[in-house]
Amino acid sequence: MSGAAATRRLSPTLLVGLGILGLFALAALAAPVIAPYDPIYQEATARLQPPSFAHPFGTDNFGRDILSRIIFGARVDLQMAAIGVFFPFVIGTFIGALAGFFGGLVDAVLMRLIDIILAFPFLVLMLSIIAILGPGLSSFYIAMALVGWVSYARLIRAQILVLKTADYAVAAVSLGFSKPRVLFRHLLPNAVAGSVVFCMSDAVLVLLSGAAISYLGLGVQPPTAEWGIMVAEGQAFLSQAWWITLFPGLSIVVLAFGFSLIGDALGEMMGVHE
Amino acid sequence: MHRYSFILTRPLQFLPVVFGVSLITFILVRLIPGDPARVLLGARATPTAIANIRAQYGLDEPLWLQYFYFLRNLLHGEMGTSIVYKIDVLRLIATRIEPTLALVVASVVLSILIAVPLAALAARHQGRPIDHVIRIVSTFGIGFPPFWLGLMLIILLAVTVPIFPVSGYGDTLFQKLAHLFLPALTIALSLSTVLLRSLRAAMVDWLKSDVATAARARGVPESVVFWRHVLPNSIAPSINLLAVNIGWLIGGTVVIESIFALPGMGQLLVRAIFSRDYMVVQGVAMVFACATVMVNFLADIATVAADPRVKL
Repeated sequence: MSGAAATRRLSPTLLVGLGILGLFALAALAAPVIAPYDPIYQEATARLQPPSFAHPFGTDNFGRDILSRIIFGARVDLQMAAIGVFFPFVIGTFIGALAGFFGGLVDAVLMRLIDIILAFPFLVLMLSIIAILGPGLSSFYIAMALVGWVSYARLIRAQILVLKTADYAVAAVSLGFSKPRVLFRHLLPNAVAGSVVFCMSDAVLVLLSGAAISYLGLGVQPPTAEWGIMVAEGQAFLSQAWWITLFPGLSIVVLAFGFSLIGDALGEMMGVHE
Repeated sequence: MHRYSFILTRPLQFLPVVFGVSLITFILVRLIPGDPARVLLGARATPTAIANIRAQYGLDEPLWLQYFYFLRNLLHGEMGTSIVYKIDVLRLIATRIEPTLALVVASVVLSILIAVPLAALAARHQGRPIDHVIRIVSTFGIGFPPFWLGLMLIILLAVTVPIFPVSGYGDTLFQKLAHLFLPALTIALSLSTVLLRSLRAAMVDWLKSDVATAARARGVPESVVFWRHVLPNSIAPSINLLAVNIGWLIGGTVVIESIFALPGMGQLLVRAIFSRDYMVVQGVAMVFACATVMVNFLADIATVAADPRVKL
């Protein structure tokens, strides 16, 4: 499908995905306005209330309103997904482009480094880095940047290897353009489509990892409202108050569904297959 | 070159990877703040006692020498002594391998049992409602946080309807299988969604292939076309995907084992990180990394075996 045709008719998949993402973004931006309660206000008389008109998603063991905590949690979780994708994307794209374009020793060393990082189970590496840096969101971002760039680097490198033999690349070189100009102005814009699509499935992985890290007590710290932490807080009350655990988890699932739909739609539009 | 000759050459490429893994593990573990001797002895330890422990575990040596000893011992198949459990790290890991290995195998088997029939159903009804339903459900499944899914399964199948045990491992084979079911199902539900998509895409292509058309032209029934031609050919590309995901899965066991209190290596690792048990963290990370490398190697062999056209 040509670019013009693709923009004229947006696929329903893309619209639904963008709609979900937009809804959560709106909730995050307007949280203080739309949340019915203060997310950390403890209402002593309303502990462990099941869902009702006053508290649509119920309350937790401190009497905090789950719906309000989920709305405020959207701020943290969306930020986590965005920053957790951004740095690996930028670092990985840069490194992958250099490795693919220049080849030789740099490429060989970087590829071995990527092999080593990929040999580590992802979560094990994340946990170790966070154990070094101490719990918290910034540790999560640093760990994510240190580990996550490898997928982008591999994708971009493979693309650059193919593209640098293309006619327009050879033409640009023979016109005497500088190497950085050929790489960043001519090759990279054409190589980046696959990575942009991958960003969306990566956002799902980052969101799940961030929530898992917080669930293990190594990410966002209480009393901040974040969906992974909320699941952990509800675990002790699983048999008597399922709503504390159910709704924050569902929020993760729905937001991840949105990211996946956008990724699928973009992949189809750009003719990229994972 | 023979198709299988990579089996002999590939392990040589593992050496730098395993060496790199050992170096990174060593550096990471030393960078974790906190003194293991102090953690072990508690807040009221005397300086002499701390110095003794540090000497006993070689923690007072220069770092490069510690790494050299670590490598030398590794070559002799030794990983040191756990500071917390006070036993040999390899023996400690050996007692924890079974639940983790069983969990990984059970998850893979379950996810194949879920993914293959659903992929076949979707592919054979491509573009029809059932295909769309399966696609939407599997897209949803990708975003299920395993730790949350595990808790939901506990509510459904252990609290509301008490069919399966919630935590622990058990002694007899039957008890073990019962304890493994919920954690394995948790992982399988996530893993199968990824497999399902790749299998369906491959099956759709193979259903349209010349092989399938030729078979139909010979009057071969559709079900035989599917089982004899489409399914075997569709599996090859998914083997590597499964291998990549087993790397993820091994990491994922860390969380799942914590939820279901399975006494496996993931649980051991989390506790070792928090108690600064250097030797155990090193040992488990090395075993995990080597297992990941091995799984990918086995997947390469399986891919070559499954598809005669593939050359590595």
